[in-house]
Amino acid sequence: MTFKELSSPEDAATPPAPAKPRWRDGQFLRRAFKHSAFMVGVVIFVLIVLMALAAPLLAPHDPYVQSMTNRLVPPIWMENGTWEHPLGTDGLGRDYLSRILYGARISLIIGIFTVITSGLIGTTLGVLAGYFGGRVDLVVNFVVMTRLTLPVIMVALAIVSIVGGSLIVVILVLGLLLWDRFAVVMRSATMQVRSQEYVLAARAVGCSTPYIIIREILPNIFGSLVVIGTFEMANAILLEAALSFLGLGVQPPTPSWGLMVAEGRQYLLFEPWLIMVPGAAIFALVLAINLLGDGLRDILTPENRS
Amino acid sequence: MFRYLLQRLALALLVCLAVSLLTFFLLNSSGDVVSAIAGEEATPEQVAELRASLGLDRPWPVRYLAWITDAAQGDFGRSLFFRETVADLIMHRLPNTLTLASMSLLVMLSLSIPLGILAAFRPNTWLDRAALSLAVLGQAMPNFWFGLILIVIFALRLGIAPPSGSETIGHFILPAIALGYYATPPVMRLTRAGMIEVLESDYIRTAYAKGLSTRVVLFKHALRNAVIPVVALTAVQFGNMLGGSVVIETVFGIQGVGYLAWESISRLDVPVVQAILLIVAVFYIVLVLLSDFLNAWLDPRIRR
Repeated sequence: MTFKELSSPEDAATPPAPAKPRWRDGQFLRRAFKHSAFMVGVVIFVLIVLMALAAPLLAPHDPYVQSMTNRLVPPIWMENGTWEHPLGTDGLGRDYLSRILYGARISLIIGIFTVITSGLIGTTLGVLAGYFGGRVDLVVNFVVMTRLTLPVIMVALAIVSIVGGSLIVVILVLGLLLWDRFAVVMRSATMQVRSQEYVLAARAVGCSTPYIIIREILPNIFGSLVVIGTFEMANAILLEAALSFLGLGVQPPTPSWGLMVAEGRQYLLFEPWLIMVPGAAIFALVLAINLLGDGLRDILTPENRS
Repeated sequence: MFRYLLQRLALALLVCLAVSLLTFFLLNSSGDVVSAIAGEEATPEQVAELRASLGLDRPWPVRYLAWITDAAQGDFGRSLFFRETVADLIMHRLPNTLTLASMSLLVMLSLSIPLGILAAFRPNTWLDRAALSLAVLGQAMPNFWFGLILIVIFALRLGIAPPSGSETIGHFILPAIALGYYATPPVMRLTRAGMIEVLESDYIRTAYAKGLSTRVVLFKHALRNAVIPVVALTAVQFGNMLGGSVVIETVFGIQGVGYLAWESISRLDVPVVQAILLIVAVFYIVLVLLSDFLNAWLDPRIRR
């Protein structure tokens, strides 16, 4: 199993082949179905993923096409709303529903790829610190503290301002900033696993260190990794929205939800639904991912439940 | 004890050094600020002259040392856009940010501590669930969006709070709610978890067995031990609020350091951005150090 697969939160439900974790025997599904908050999270999350995947099929209009004669059409639940534009149109006459649908892609891409980047960095640092201890641990501790000292939003804004805003820049910047929790949690998880009998046995048989780390340690800290991965994914999505809202994230005319809130801000007094709709979309996605993460923590690591 | 504190102090100083270097390099890689200021029509000679007058023609170790020694004495140079020195700019805006952060802290503590205690005292009841839902919702809400909703409801519709600005204390109420609520969930969860752990311990059972009232057990015996990690987290959250104030100050038009940071970052006013990053980082380090010391003082077990 490679690192890349490990740090992707989507793999959570599919059991990894060489591992020997506890959710292999169908217990995972049984526990999952009993956990109602987790199931709510799963349903909302799957719906949003489907929305993002099927955006070209579902969107009634092109999300980029402006129409000056159709500006600020109200959504269907308000007076003068039409089924032509179920969520209305924005200040440039673009169909709001289409923009929301395509916006789901932006948020999901940012969330997934940021977590892959930060998970890779954080897990590497954490596992090395936890496994080797001593000087390595000291150095990693220092690096983590330095990272924690930098205010994420300000540094991210500064880098985007210097390099220029685009999807890839935002992913890289957030990926390089959000690995701290991975490092901290993976470190303590590795330290717990390191002294387990099967690791000692593997060492006694003469297995190499890389083999022990990849085949014995990683599968057994996979549960915590997935849990942190979901929370960091939610975090990344919130941060992208904030960066785009402040004008130093994804750039217009891309339909980023955060950017849509920023664009709707000038109509705050008379058309507040312009900020309500994309904000609610961010809220729903982040809520779903957090419920998923909370649920996974209860299901995968029942011994840590408070 | 002394050795432990000395270790923490040494680490903090090392982190300060690393952060100052990072800040310096981050903003010195920002391309050609000089030709941007000089404008399109400037000749190469004029650009070179401006570069020299700003001291940017020297090698980087010299510039770094000059910057950091000046900074240590409170001199952060001049803004590229404002006529003031960077130190003055920041000092004028700091009170607004500190007001906002303190009021947010107040909002956060008055939400998270009582709710955390109540939830722990009656775990798995509707009260516990309600507190937990409040935390889950708070964690999922984009804080700029929450701020805008507060403006729409309380400022534009009901008209009971000003929508933006920083002239009176009333201007800080909505932003403090937005920023404080956002910081609440982790502190509440930690209070709850700590209280549950403490309430299950032997000495609490003993206290009850002695016939002490619930109130005394809860506040005098349990809270004192459960609150130790919460104090540390509160210090860290206060530091996070200073960083997070960028978003909230921009939404509410508060003329604070966060708003200044956003303005300066947008137009790459390097001296201002460098100074703010450094100050926020040092502030954070001091807070973490303080919480370490406080922890060691409150909980002798940490000292080993």
